[in-house]
Amino acid sequence: MKMKIVLNKDSMQIEKEQDVVPFRNRVKEYAVKIGMGVVNQTKLITAASELVRNMLKYGGGGMVLIEAISEGRDNGIRLTFRDKGPGILDIAQAMKDGYSSGKSLGIGLPGTKRLVNEFDIKSAIGEGTTVSIIKWKNG
Amino acid sequence: MDRIPILRMGHFLLVTIQIDLYDRLATNLESDLVQMVNKTGARGVLIDISALSIVDSFMGRILGNIGSMSKIMDAETVVVGMQPAVAITLIELGLELKGVSTALNVERGMELLHAKIGSVEGELIDEDEDSAE
Repeated sequence: MKMKIVLNKDSMQIEKEQDVVPFRNRVKEYAVKIGMGVVNQTKLITAASELVRNMLKYGGGGMVLIEAISEGRDNGIRLTFRDKGPGILDIAQAMKDGYSSGKSLGIGLPGTKRLVNEFDIKSAIGEGTTVSIIKWKNG
Repeated sequence: MDRIPILRMGHFLLVTIQIDLYDRLATNLESDLVQMVNKTGARGVLIDISALSIVDSFMGRILGNIGSMSKIMDAETVVVGMQPAVAITLIELGLELKGVSTALNVERGMELLHAKIGSVEGELIDEDEDSAE
């Protein structure tokens, strides 16, 4: 199994909706730096935007770790969203198309998953939720 | 407070979104536009999103809301200038932009608006004189 190596990283505190645009810009800088094409960039930034909004809405904000990573010959961006919110009761249900506990369109998590190459979610009731995504440069 | 300017051109309202919107700005635009449609009696709304590098589900919902609200107020909405990467991402995300017409660019968007309200255009032009406020 190939190892994922972190080339560069950065973390951002997200507390209010005004933090969303600067965060998206930072993700874009990272994606541009590894030479990611426009379509993959757009998918990554859109996924990031969905997840950061979820974090604000359900988790009351939190921390995002932005990393440029490499695995073998592949370069990519990994984003880890960590909140200390109430957690998700039923992750399997939250990952179903059309499901939403809030008043959004209900495409949040499954839609976001389709935009990236790797998607991982962990949640504990009363402790918070951590979502990690990877978009490979050529993925 | 920051606001997205809304221009009036004849029976249409034009909005060019030049910056990435944060939520408040987008919801302000939504309510400003509906009020402008009411105030001016505009028959069409043209929204240029060519400068938007992403449209997420929130922004998609705002565009859809503007379309539905304007429709209730008897105005058509056309969204123009979507970047190819944004279109690809929207479909993969599962967002259909229901209720909103789209056109490739401003010119085609204007043609589409004219075609949509074409049947009533004649009488409206005559009334244009007394619409000054």
